[in-house]
Amino acid sequence: MASKTLYSQRDPSLKKRDDFEDILEERRNSSDLRYALRCYTPVLYKGMTPCKTTILKTIVLQSDQLHHVINQVAKETGEASDIIQEEAVNILEEMAHRLQLSTIRFFAFTLSKAFKTLFQSVRVNEEGIQRLQQAIQEHPVVLLPSHRSYIDFLIMSYILYTYDLALPVIAAGMDFLGMKFIGEMLRMSGAFFIRRSFGGDKLYWAVFSEYVKTMLRNGYAPIEFFLEGTRSRTCKSLTPKLGLLNIVMEPFFKGEVFDVSLVPISISYERVLEETLYARELLGVPKPKESTSGLLKARRILSEDYGSIHVYFGQPVSVRSLAQGRINRSQYNLVPRYIPRKPSEETQGFVNDTAFKLVRKQEENMVLRPWVLIAAILMQNLDGIDSVLLTEQTAWLRGLAQAFGAFLDWPGQEPVGKVVSSSLSLHHGLVRVAGGRVQLAQELQETASPKEALFNHAVCVLSCASYRNQILHVFLRPALLALAMDTAATSRKDDVYSSFVYLRNVFSNEFILCPGAMVQDFEEACYLLMKCGAVQILKQDIVVTERGQPILSFLSGMLEPFLQGYQVVCRYFSEEVSEDLAEKQYIPSVRSFAVKCILSDSIRCYEALSSDLQKNALAALLRMNALRKVKVADQATLKVNKMAVKMLEDTLGGKVPAQKPVLARL
Amino acid sequence: MASNCSERQRIAQQRLKIIAGHIQKDEDGEPTRIFANNCKGEDADKHSSSTTTMPKRRQEIMKWNGWGYSDSRFLFNKKGQAEFTGKRYRLSGMILPSLKDWFEGTFGASLQHKTPAVPSLNSSSVQPPTLNEDFIQDLKTTGIQYSHEAEDRIFRAHGHCLHEIFALREGKFGRVPDMVAWPSCHDDVVKIVELASKHNVCLIPYGGGTSVSSALECPPEETRSIVSLDTSQMNRILWIDEKNLTAHVEAGIIGQALESALNESGYCTGHEPDSMEFSSLGGWVATRASGMKKNIYGNIEDLVIHIKMVTPRGVIEKSCQGPRMSTGPDIHHFILGSEGTLGVITEVTMKIRPIPEYQKYGSVVFPNFEQGVACLREVAKQRCAPASIRLMDNAQFQFGHALKPQVSSIFTSFLDGLKKFYITKFKGFDPHRLCVATLLFEGDRERVLQHEKQVYDIAAKFGGLAAGEDNGQRGYMLTFVIAYLRDLGMDYYVIGESFETSVPWDRVLDLCRNVKERIVRECKEKGVQFPPLSTCRVTQTYDAGACVYFYFAFNYRGLGDPVHVYEQVEHAAREEILANGGSLSHHHGVGKLRKQWMQESISNVGMGMLKSVKEYVDPDNIFGNRNLL
Repeated sequence: MASKTLYSQRDPSLKKRDDFEDILEERRNSSDLRYALRCYTPVLYKGMTPCKTTILKTIVLQSDQLHHVINQVAKETGEASDIIQEEAVNILEEMAHRLQLSTIRFFAFTLSKAFKTLFQSVRVNEEGIQRLQQAIQEHPVVLLPSHRSYIDFLIMSYILYTYDLALPVIAAGMDFLGMKFIGEMLRMSGAFFIRRSFGGDKLYWAVFSEYVKTMLRNGYAPIEFFLEGTRSRTCKSLTPKLGLLNIVMEPFFKGEVFDVSLVPISISYERVLEETLYARELLGVPKPKESTSGLLKARRILSEDYGSIHVYFGQPVSVRSLAQGRINRSQYNLVPRYIPRKPSEETQGFVNDTAFKLVRKQEENMVLRPWVLIAAILMQNLDGIDSVLLTEQTAWLRGLAQAFGAFLDWPGQEPVGKVVSSSLSLHHGLVRVAGGRVQLAQELQETASPKEALFNHAVCVLSCASYRNQILHVFLRPALLALAMDTAATSRKDDVYSSFVYLRNVFSNEFILCPGAMVQDFEEACYLLMKCGAVQILKQDIVVTERGQPILSFLSGMLEPFLQGYQVVCRYFSEEVSEDLAEKQYIPSVRSFAVKCILSDSIRCYEALSSDLQKNALAALLRMNALRKVKVADQATLKVNKMAVKMLEDTLGGKVPAQKPVLARL
Repeated sequence: MASNCSERQRIAQQRLKIIAGHIQKDEDGEPTRIFANNCKGEDADKHSSSTTTMPKRRQEIMKWNGWGYSDSRFLFNKKGQAEFTGKRYRLSGMILPSLKDWFEGTFGASLQHKTPAVPSLNSSSVQPPTLNEDFIQDLKTTGIQYSHEAEDRIFRAHGHCLHEIFALREGKFGRVPDMVAWPSCHDDVVKIVELASKHNVCLIPYGGGTSVSSALECPPEETRSIVSLDTSQMNRILWIDEKNLTAHVEAGIIGQALESALNESGYCTGHEPDSMEFSSLGGWVATRASGMKKNIYGNIEDLVIHIKMVTPRGVIEKSCQGPRMSTGPDIHHFILGSEGTLGVITEVTMKIRPIPEYQKYGSVVFPNFEQGVACLREVAKQRCAPASIRLMDNAQFQFGHALKPQVSSIFTSFLDGLKKFYITKFKGFDPHRLCVATLLFEGDRERVLQHEKQVYDIAAKFGGLAAGEDNGQRGYMLTFVIAYLRDLGMDYYVIGESFETSVPWDRVLDLCRNVKERIVRECKEKGVQFPPLSTCRVTQTYDAGACVYFYFAFNYRGLGDPVHVYEQVEHAAREEILANGGSLSHHHGVGKLRKQWMQESISNVGMGMLKSVKEYVDPDNIFGNRNLL
């Protein structure tokens, strides 16, 4: 089989991954103060001499690009260019970092203390660190960590400091500046602040992009930002944002640097600090009232055990090699390089593909703890499961995950039962073990209305779902295939393929699916299912084996909540919405529709309550032209195409087979 | 009267010495810089015979498998010291004590590992000529000389690309011309082209043979008889017009012969490409050559007033010698850069200038290449570039140092030490980053000195320190001996070549850095065991950009097919140049080596225009070297 040869060489379970070292171990055995004050001499890009932040600002303000834009804006607005210049200075002042070693040392000290109480270990792959050290000396480096928690970038800087690597400058959202003191502290530890939206503001864009590019070109420091743009509340990777990635690649496109190294970094938490906060946020429930002060709350967090953190520094990816044969750099030859131009379609496509590739890399290198397997099983047994059965199933799922190449961190030789029980105890806030049954925790409050009770339970379910989500990427493609086989009209390969492509398309806002990689994804899914003996691929047909039945039903079970959730959204649009809907009302109104459905027992899908799923479904409907967005003044209105919505709902419900995609070709 | 005559002779001789200036060894060892203005009333006819001629059997004075004169070569003597043989150059007969260390250190080469060339040409391994008997019969009646001896044919089967020389050294020959013809005037060429058209013979014009674009390679698929048309015997200056300062010259004349002949009358063209010892006027026109001193005299397209070219359609020329015309697209520009695809350039009228009164070399040390480029840019902006200004990067500066001859006195070596101390310790220049600009000023003495001050003042603004005439002169000398050095390298597993481009000012630094790095990286990827020499210099400045020259060489021990690796790396480097906004070529031309990029360089329509010209001028592809298109 062609697919076999294609995938066998990169069979992930055979791949030897790097080993991890616990950086907290040394902290536990030696003085934090000495550590914070130790000699710090990182290697720099091509041995460049570090320049002061003030000089950096001057370079930016004197750059040709900024001058050009300032003059342009001055001409357009009729203002004097020194006023615009002044504005640029202010923007830069608001944006720029003021990296100071003393602040770093302060953080090194306090974070050591905090991490030691919060976490059992912070484990880092040292080979990755060595690769990074090499990369920093050769080319400008961009660090791209996954984003699951506020502490992601603290962790990053902390690790780099520990390994004597150049400290990064970090793109952070302006919202941090709201916290007066913290914001300035972060600024002094290398964060620079960007407004969340500055769509049409040419000057802002110019200052911002020139600032980033200047740091990159000079090899001033590694630049760090989050491809996902924001923290993922669901622990699923988010569709990457392209703005900053575009900016850091541009110096390469324009020949200003020889290459840029992109380093995907996966930070995985055994327990995310924000776990229930996220669930509440997704449900739109206000945070529980704090009777005590913030300090006490912090202390409560400090008293909890958050397990360990794994940080995997991936293989640096060379933009040059990625762009080979895809980007014609001579397109920049005919216009002065300081004149900002919209990237060509070719470039945008390339940046988009690269972004997806990098997020996939982040996913692949996420270390998975046994708990995510347990969570995945619990999510399919919301009424609880016998603890013996749970142990059995965990062992089974472990085997399957490994066969699919999951990066599983299974504790040594310990028996499965013990692993399961220790996982359960770490997450005692989410699960209860009672009478030999394991069940999601449910705070029973006498006074609670049914609606409140529902939300309380949903918090728990969504928290648990966020752990299942961590392993979704491993099963995603085979699971889509499993679903496709369910919904396809026949078992003929091309029918299954068109179903697969259809589902893949529907869920492409929900999961990380590289654009245009339909065939690869399909082949990968086939290969994996064949490899674990779940299906047989004949000349024309894809056939389920006897062994394969439980695997397939587990896999499609995994996507079931999403399938149901999307159906709920479709039903909402076809039943509740007449013609138009103000976009603003969408989330609260679809949520109350979902609540109604759950309370009336017509569905049991709590994930339909999640605003993340609701937003993704909305994006999918828009993309598939089942909805149309009309903007009048500042009001965005959604126009519903009832036919199309109904069609989608029926297809997802398995009532009609997916229509053949035009491009279905194997 | 007699004394007057000998006085004139003396002056003429002195002039001759200066002409060769930077390339040739001074008899008395003292560079002479000042000489009197000559009288201009001389009869031009006196000078209508050339002084230096290229013999028909070039192999008698030149190497058949390497660069330049047979008597001049680098070698490592028994003591392991490098030495340059012969008497022709300033370096000739000198010991270069630091070359060996530089050579071994830079390339990881060793004098123990030799790769000698085959000692002599084995005529039997040259494929026998495909002769067109009818053509030969007719040619005989014209009295034009020709030969089909293997040695003559081999000599004209190649330029000086690495792969060409490498193959010769291994005694391997591909398709070579089937015969060589030596026309001695325009009319001879007309006859040959007519006969070739009549008998369908392929003609390849051959001037100096210094091409580095595979332009002289015979297309292997060519089945017709190939005749190499050697223009070397068409080497007379036909007249000098002192009223308009022009000279009408046969196109086969070799650069240095043209200069020395004109010098006798007190004139020069000022066109000095690095290959001027061997390259011909016709070749310059056919490739759009550029001279070192173009800042004063212009490039070849600025220098030519009138061109006569013989094509299968007939002779093309303009009817007058007006200095500029608005008569539709300039037909000269079909000829300039046509690379022998349209016809043979037979006669050219060129601008001439009185020999400058005074010439002065100079050099400036910059703390780094960036500053150096900024300085050159400023000089170009103020339009005060000296006759020549070149900026070598650090690696080339080191290279230049390795070519310092043995110092004659302790005092000089002490002085050198002192200079080095001053620059590196006192001024804080990093010896691994600093770079040098070499300068050449020309004109009347006062103006030169004034000009010099202006340039040094600008340099000072960019942290440049004047570093003496000697360094400057050595820089220019390097250009002339570098090709000889390549032959030395090839004796010891080192192969290399140079290539060039032109690029807008704002991209100079980026292009230099990226191309050099690309070379290093490609070498590594292709399995080259030792880091290559990858170095560049900015050799010309223009209002809107500069010409950049790269040298690239590596030690090929351990490689199965070094030439292939070399070509892959050069290919990658050219891609990098194009991606960084550089041109396909500044003055080397396209030939067959860079043909594949022509379309992307000049667009489809551009290609179509050129093709339609070829189609009209030479429908039977008589000039079948297949360059350019």
